[in-house]
Amino acid sequence: MPNDLEVENLVRNFAAFRAVDNVNFEVEQGSFFSILGPSGCGKTTLLRMIAGFLEPNSGDIRIRNESVLGVPPNLRPVNLIFQHLSLFPMMDVKENISFGLKRRKIAQPEVDKKVNSILQRVGLPDYGTKKINQLSGGQKQRVAIARALVLEPSILLLDEPLGALDLKLREQMKIELKKLQQDVGTTFVYITHDQSEALVMSDQVAVMNKGAFEQIDTPKNLYTHPGTGFIASFIGENNEFDAQVTSTDPFKVKLDLGHEYFARAMTPLAEGANCKLYIRPESIVINPPTDEKINTFKVVVKNVLFDGANTKLLALIENTSREIMTALPQDKRFDYIKPGDKLDVGVFIDACTCY
Amino acid sequence: MAGRLTLYIFLAPVLLWLFLLIVLPHIDLFFISLQAENDMGDMVWSLSNYEAFFTEKIYWLTFLRTAVYAILTTILTFLITFPIAFYITKVVSLRVSGFFTILLLVPFWVSELVRIYGWMILLRESGVFNHYLMQLGLIDKPIEMLYNDISMIMGLVYTSMLFMVVPLISSLEGLDDGLIEAAYDLGASKIVIIWKIVIPYIMPGITSGSIVVFMLTLGNYLTPNLMGGKNSLWFTEQIYNQFIASFNWNQGAAFGFLLLILSTLIIWIGLKVTRQNLSRALS
Repeated sequence: MPNDLEVENLVRNFAAFRAVDNVNFEVEQGSFFSILGPSGCGKTTLLRMIAGFLEPNSGDIRIRNESVLGVPPNLRPVNLIFQHLSLFPMMDVKENISFGLKRRKIAQPEVDKKVNSILQRVGLPDYGTKKINQLSGGQKQRVAIARALVLEPSILLLDEPLGALDLKLREQMKIELKKLQQDVGTTFVYITHDQSEALVMSDQVAVMNKGAFEQIDTPKNLYTHPGTGFIASFIGENNEFDAQVTSTDPFKVKLDLGHEYFARAMTPLAEGANCKLYIRPESIVINPPTDEKINTFKVVVKNVLFDGANTKLLALIENTSREIMTALPQDKRFDYIKPGDKLDVGVFIDACTCY
Repeated sequence: MAGRLTLYIFLAPVLLWLFLLIVLPHIDLFFISLQAENDMGDMVWSLSNYEAFFTEKIYWLTFLRTAVYAILTTILTFLITFPIAFYITKVVSLRVSGFFTILLLVPFWVSELVRIYGWMILLRESGVFNHYLMQLGLIDKPIEMLYNDISMIMGLVYTSMLFMVVPLISSLEGLDDGLIEAAYDLGASKIVIIWKIVIPYIMPGITSGSIVVFMLTLGNYLTPNLMGGKNSLWFTEQIYNQFIASFNWNQGAAFGFLLLILSTLIIWIGLKVTRQNLSRALS
C-alpha cells in the first residue's frame, strides 16, 4: 500500500518553546493511525500543521507524495474534525454537509445525491432538515464526520472528537468510528489522550511525549513491548518501582524496599545502574504456582476496588507501606478476599520489565 | 403574595416614569396634533395637520431625505465598524482587545456637541485641515468643507459608531473561532467565510445595532443642524421650526407623530426584508 501521509523532520517552535520536535512518520493508505499523548505534548500542534492552520519551522509534510507546505487549509486535500465539532449553528444538517461541496461549485442535484448518501452512511437518513441544536451529542458527531467525509478527503484528521461525549456513548462511537473507517476506506489520523480510544480503533499508534514520538507500533505491541518507561506507565496501568540492577546474567534488580527480583531488561542496563521496574496489575498472580520463573512475595489486602470485569485489589507489600495494584478476576475464585487478608502473589519474570 | 408586592414596588418607578413622562405627554401631543384653527381662528378637531405633511412637498421630501440619509448612515456605520469589531475580537490578543475597546469608548465621554465642534474646528474654512493643505501647497485658497451633505453624513456616522460597534463586538465574541476554521478547512475562501458564516452568525447584533443607529440618526438634531448647513434640511429641524419658529404646536405635534409612525414602519419593513426577529435581536 502506498503512503497517504509522510511527515519528515517536522519542527515547530512557539517562541523559545519547541512544541513539535523532529517528528517523522508515515501513514499507509486506508489505515487508522492514532497519535496518543498527554495534554500539552504537541499533538494538536502537529495536527494543525497537517491541516494547514500552522506552518512548520522546518521539515516537510507530503500528502500522496506532494508537499503541502505553504498550501492554505482550504486547498489541502485533508479535512479536520474539530474537538468541539464546530457545526454551523445557523444552518441545518443538510446545509452543513453541503457547505464544502458548494465551495467546489458542484451542481445542486449532485450535491443532494452526495449529501443523502453520506447521511445514509452515518446512519442519519431523514435528518437533513433538522437544526443543529435539535441533535444529540452522538448525532452531532456523525454530522461532523459526514460533513468532512462527503468531500472525499485523502486524509481525515480527527482532533479528540469523542472528548465531549459521555462514557457510554464514547464506547459506542469508538466501535462505530472504526467500522465507518473500514467501510469508507479513508485514511484516518486520530489524536487523543485517551489510550483506550487509540488502542481499540487504530492500526498503528504513535505515542507522543514532549513534542517527540517515543514509539510507533501496533496497539498490541505498544502494550506488551513498550519501548520506553514513559510508554509503560502511560499505556495501561502499571505498578512502578525504583530499582537498581544487581546482576545482568541472570538479570536481577533490587527494589528500594530491599526485595530482589528476577526481571527483564528492555533497554541496555549495566550492573549497578538505577532503573524503573514495571509490573502490570493483570500479570500479578494470586496464589502462584511454585515455579522457578516466578517472583513471589506477600501482600496485605488494603481494599477491593470493585469495577465489574475491571476489579482491582489495592494491597500493601508486606512490612512496607508500598501500595501495589493487582487485577482481581471476577470468576468467584477470589470472592473470599477481604481487606486485611494476607496473600501470596507472584509475577512471571517476563512480566517484570525494567527501563 | 409577598413576591407580588416586591414586584410591584420595583415596577412602580418604571411604570410611573413611563406613564408620566412618556405616555401622558404623548397622549396630550396626539390631541394637540388633531386640532387646527378654522377660518374664524377657533380651535377645532381636524386632520389638516396630517394632510399638510402629504400635500406640502417640502415636508415629505424632507422626511424622505432624512430617512434615506439615515439608512445610508446606518449602512456606512456598519461597513466602517465591522472590520474594526472583527479586528478587535478575532485578530488581536485578548489584552490588546480590551485596550482597543476602551480607546473606542473614550471619545464618547465627551458630549456630542463638543465632538461636533471638534470636527468643525478641523473642517471649517479657516480650520486645521485647510491650514495644513495650504502650507503643503496642495491648494491655493481654503476650501469650505463644512455645511454640505458629505460632512453631515460623516458627522452622523462618527456620532453613531459606538452604538454599532458595541453590539457587533458582543456578538462576534460569541462566535467560536472553530466555526471560522471549520469553514476554512472545508474549502471556503475568506470572503465566503465572512459572507456565509460570520455575517449570518452576528445578524442579531447587526440588527440591534442598525435599529439603534437608524433611530438615533433619524431623530438627531444637533449634527445635521451644525454640520449640514442651509441646504441639508433634516426632519427634526422641521419639527423644531413648527414648535419654536412658527409657534404652531399643532403642526409640530403632527410631525412628531409622523416621525414616530414612519420610522417604526421603516424598521418593520427592514426586519421583514432581512427576515430578522426584534426580540431575538434585542436579547
